[in-house]
Parts: sequence; structure tokens; C-alpha cells
Amino acid sequence: MTQVVTTTATTAPGGAAGAPGDGPQVAAVPRLRVLTHLLRTPLALTGLVMLAVVVLAGVLAPWIAPYAPEQVHFDAPFQLPGTVGFALGTDDLGRDILSRMLWGVRASLTVGLLAVVLAVVVGTPLGLAAGYWRWLDAPISRLTDVTLAFPFLVLAVGLAAISGPSLTNAAIALGVAQVPTMIRVVRGETLRVREHEFVQAAVAMDASGPRILAQHVLPNCLSAVIVQATVIMPVAVLGEAVLSFLGLGIQPPTPSLGIMLADAQQYLSRTPWPALFPGLAIVVVCLGFNLVGDALRDALDPSTSDRK
Amino acid sequence: MVRLLLARLGQSVVTLLIASVVIFVGVRLLPGDPALAMAGEEATPERVAAIRAELGLDDSLLVQYLHFLGQVLSGDLGESTRTGTPVTTLLGSTLPVTLWLSLYAIVVAVVVGIALGVVAERFRGRWPEWLANAAALTSLSVPNFWLGMLAILWLCIGLGLFPASGYVELGQDPLAWALHLTLPALVLGTGLAAVIMRQTRASMIEAMGSDYVRTARATGLPKGRVLLRYGLRNSLVVVVTIAGLQLGGLISGAVVTEQIFALPGFGKLTLDAVFTRDYPVIQAVVLVTTLGYVLVNLAVDVLYTVVNPRIRVGGRSS
Repeated sequence: MTQVVTTTATTAPGGAAGAPGDGPQVAAVPRLRVLTHLLRTPLALTGLVMLAVVVLAGVLAPWIAPYAPEQVHFDAPFQLPGTVGFALGTDDLGRDILSRMLWGVRASLTVGLLAVVLAVVVGTPLGLAAGYWRWLDAPISRLTDVTLAFPFLVLAVGLAAISGPSLTNAAIALGVAQVPTMIRVVRGETLRVREHEFVQAAVAMDASGPRILAQHVLPNCLSAVIVQATVIMPVAVLGEAVLSFLGLGIQPPTPSLGIMLADAQQYLSRTPWPALFPGLAIVVVCLGFNLVGDALRDALDPSTSDRK
Repeated sequence: MVRLLLARLGQSVVTLLIASVVIFVGVRLLPGDPALAMAGEEATPERVAAIRAELGLDDSLLVQYLHFLGQVLSGDLGESTRTGTPVTTLLGSTLPVTLWLSLYAIVVAVVVGIALGVVAERFRGRWPEWLANAAALTSLSVPNFWLGMLAILWLCIGLGLFPASGYVELGQDPLAWALHLTLPALVLGTGLAAVIMRQTRASMIEAMGSDYVRTARATGLPKGRVLLRYGLRNSLVVVVTIAGLQLGGLISGAVVTEQIFALPGFGKLTLDAVFTRDYPVIQAVVLVTTLGYVLVNLAVDVLYTVVNPRIRVGGRSS
């Protein structure tokens, strides 16, 4: 799975939400304008709709799924989509694909969210520290270099081998793998923000480092953190699918989109349907986040990219 | 510039050393006793103890680490505890498969990504740009193993264009070799192509709006020449950097791709080693991955200085 370190310098369509040229740029964009921008851009709107559907499906899975995800119907394996009682058909054990898919989306979103939270909680303070205190910059940079040298799959392989494959371990591996990029993004923002007069004024007023970081720097880094979170989310969702597919993530019988695909691969030449829908579900989840993330980036930060 | 590169080299060595400690400790944290696994279920305690001593598992961790480091530096990666084959032999037979696959995928990604990026810039605001953007966003959202499954279903089983699985040595039959690798490389390259396309487009937009491009245009140079010689060349710096950063992802992707297409590569070696708790192989596999990643990043930095005349000391003005 290719990790995404997208850097786009796209100008906002129509320059609708252009940031002021000077001062604390990103924070100066009113939230309402960001929202209007999202709602007015057709692609962003598509993404928002996709996300709404996906999140609703995941949250409501226990109530809207027609069957329990593990429930087998030995009398009805390999039903085609559209069969009465099984809208999207059944798999080799006669399990309802729609129900499993809804629960799978729920699992994907859970892992994605955990990974994002981990990356934000660990990456943001380290990024702030590396950007603000020069003496901490080198050690933290070494740390990110070392972490980057382990692809997420290697991390996941290690964690799965040490304490057994599970949803939590998958989320930890995916989150840790994203910490370095989060550190880099926040560090870059901190370096930019700390040059502003309002930070220097705070320094002159003898405010403590942590206080300056919390009150002045962090709020100005938040939009970059949010944009990065929307980049991490689809990467983590794809990563979860990969890990579960390889048997290193969520364990059966818990439904996961990756496990569904691994099962489906075994009888791919017999019937392709069980492989089709879980894959499409992953695409919709990721596309939703990517579309919204792109639009957010354009809206919040049209002039700069996170390039160094 | 030499000083800059030497400093960069030093950083790489430090990164590698720290990584080697992490790997060493990490592997020791794995549950399960390799001596027990090797001896089998009916082994006597004496036999297990003998194997433990033979593997050096009774020494202190520091001694084991230094021993490990010395061996690695002298090119001895130990033997697989499962099969007894030297790890270097295993690497020798699996690495070429994965390297060819990755190289093929990178070439595909760079060619497709840069071409689409240039097209998107050239036709800004018109349908080719829209199409290229949509393609990039979609391929960033598609799990590549699912793409591989669909490709097998449609192109291999359905149309019979490519073999669905397996590998043929380059020396044996170059045509079969290419046929076996084409589909996996395309599948592996899509995500990278998308990233490169987006980056190329963004950098091109920036470059084409710059003063030197305006000047070049004003001198009456042909459009295509301005686009490629001035716009693209100056965008390549960022593209190279971004492509380098994606390599970790490419390695992870190769593992899954090999699994889908049943290629006997590095990824398969990794998974087999993890599922059988083959310490020396796991250690070597992670070490080689890390080394590869650090070396590639070093190479990217060097390339960066070569491609970017602003960094190159004594370079020609462009």
C-alpha cells in the first residue's frame, strides 16, 4: 500500500476562501467560509456525502444489518446479489455479504480513527517541541528517520508477532507509522508560526515555552493537523485492509473488509461477487476522505503546500 | 557540497545503528522459543539446551547484540532456524524478484505519473486535467490487492492475457519473465503513479507561473520546449523527493502484491518467517528493508543536489 505524502499546491477554485497573505494565515480563515467552500465545491460535496453514508453505515451497523455478521446459512452459499433476503448475496458459508460489509466498514473506521488519534496525540507535541526548541530538533528528527525506515507493514508484522494480531495492534502499527509525517507537518508549521510578531511578543512578555506553544503556536497549527488527519485516515483504512487480508490484523470471525477479500480470493474464479462489494466499500471510504481532505487543504491553505 | 553529503551519510549511519538495536530488541520480544521450535515436540531438555547454546540464546543481550552486529557487518546473517539454509542464500533467491518488481513498478509509476502530470498542467481547467485528477484520486483510494484480484479475474482468467501467478527467471525466458511481472508491477505502481502525478502537476503549475518560464516564452521558444525544458525540469526536484519518500510504502505494497500473484519474493519470505518465528530470517528481512530505505533516501538526497542547480556548487546556470 503506497503511503500517501501528498503535497498539492492547488489554488482554491475561484479563490473562494483565499487566506490573507500575512499574519497567522490559516487560522484567519473563518470556519464558516471553510464550510461554505466545502459545500460549494462539487467534488468536496461528493466526498462529504460519501463520508456521511459510510459513517452512518458504520455507526448503525448493529441496528441496520439484516443478519448477525457471523451467521451462516449452509443452505444458501454463493447467492447472487439481488436474491430475496440477501441484497448483496452470500459468501461460501452463506453469510450475508451486506451485513458483513456494514460491520467491516465499522471495523475499518474504528482502526482508522484509532490510528489518527495515535498519530495526532504523539506527533503533535513532538512536532511542536522539535520546531520550538532547537536542541530537541536533532534527536526528534533522528527518531522520525528511524521510524520512517520501518514501513508500516514491518511495524505491523513485528507487533503482530510480539503480541498476536488484533484490531488494536493493527491500529497501533498504522498510527505509529504515521507519527513521523505528523511530526514533520507540525514542526514545519511551528517553524513558520514562531517567526510571527505575536509569538515574539509573548516571548518578550516572559511567557513560558509550553504556554506559548499551547496558546499561540498550537491553535495556528491545528488546520495543518486536521488536513494531515484526513490524509492519514484513508491510508490507515487501506492499511487495515491489507493487514487483515494478510492475517496480521483483525482476526476472524470478526468481520473486516480485508478478511472478506481474503476469503473471496479463494473462490475468485467461481464467483467474483463476494470480492466486489467489500473492495468497493474500501474505495468509497477512502475516496470520501481523500476528496474532503483535498478540499479542506485548498480551503485552509491555498497558497502553501507542506513541502519543505 | 561534499561536507553536506558527508553529514548526510553520517546521519544515515546513525539511523541504521539505532534501527539495528530496535530490530534486535524487537526480535527478542517475540514470544515462542526458537530452540523449542527447532527441536520439535518430543525433544529432551538436554537437546533443547544444546540448541540454545548453539544459537547463542544463553548469552547476555549485549553480547548477543554485539555478536549480531559483527556478523551482519561481515555479511553473515545466520541460518534459517526452520530450514537451516543460510539467510544470505534465501535473500539471494528472493530479493531479485522483489527488486525487479519494484523497479518495474517505479518505472511505470514515473512514466505514467509524470506524463499525466504534464498533461494535467498543459490542459488546465479542461477535461484532460479533470480526468487525470479523478484517476489519481481514485487510485489513491483503491486497495492495490483488490485491484490485483480484479486484474487476475478480468485479464488472466477472463481474457487469458497474462499468467495469473508464479515467476520465471529472467535468464530462463525473458518474455515469460516480463509477462509474469507486468500485471503485478502495474498493480503495485498505481498508487505511486497517483502521488507522482499530483506532485508533478502541482510543481508544474508553480514552475509555469514563474519568471524564467515567462522569459523563455518571451524569447519565442516553442511551447513544447518551454514546457519540458523549463517547466518539467525544474519540477523534477520535488518529484524525485516525493517519489523517494514513497518507497517505504512501495516495500509494504510489494509484500501484498507478491502474495496476490504468488511471486516467490522477499515479501513471501517475510510472511513465512513471521508465521514460523524464524528469528534470523525476520531479523535479516527487516534489516535489509531498513538498509534499503535508508540507502534510497540517501540516494534521493544526492540526486536532489545533482538535479537542482541551485544547490549544486559550481553548476552551470540553467
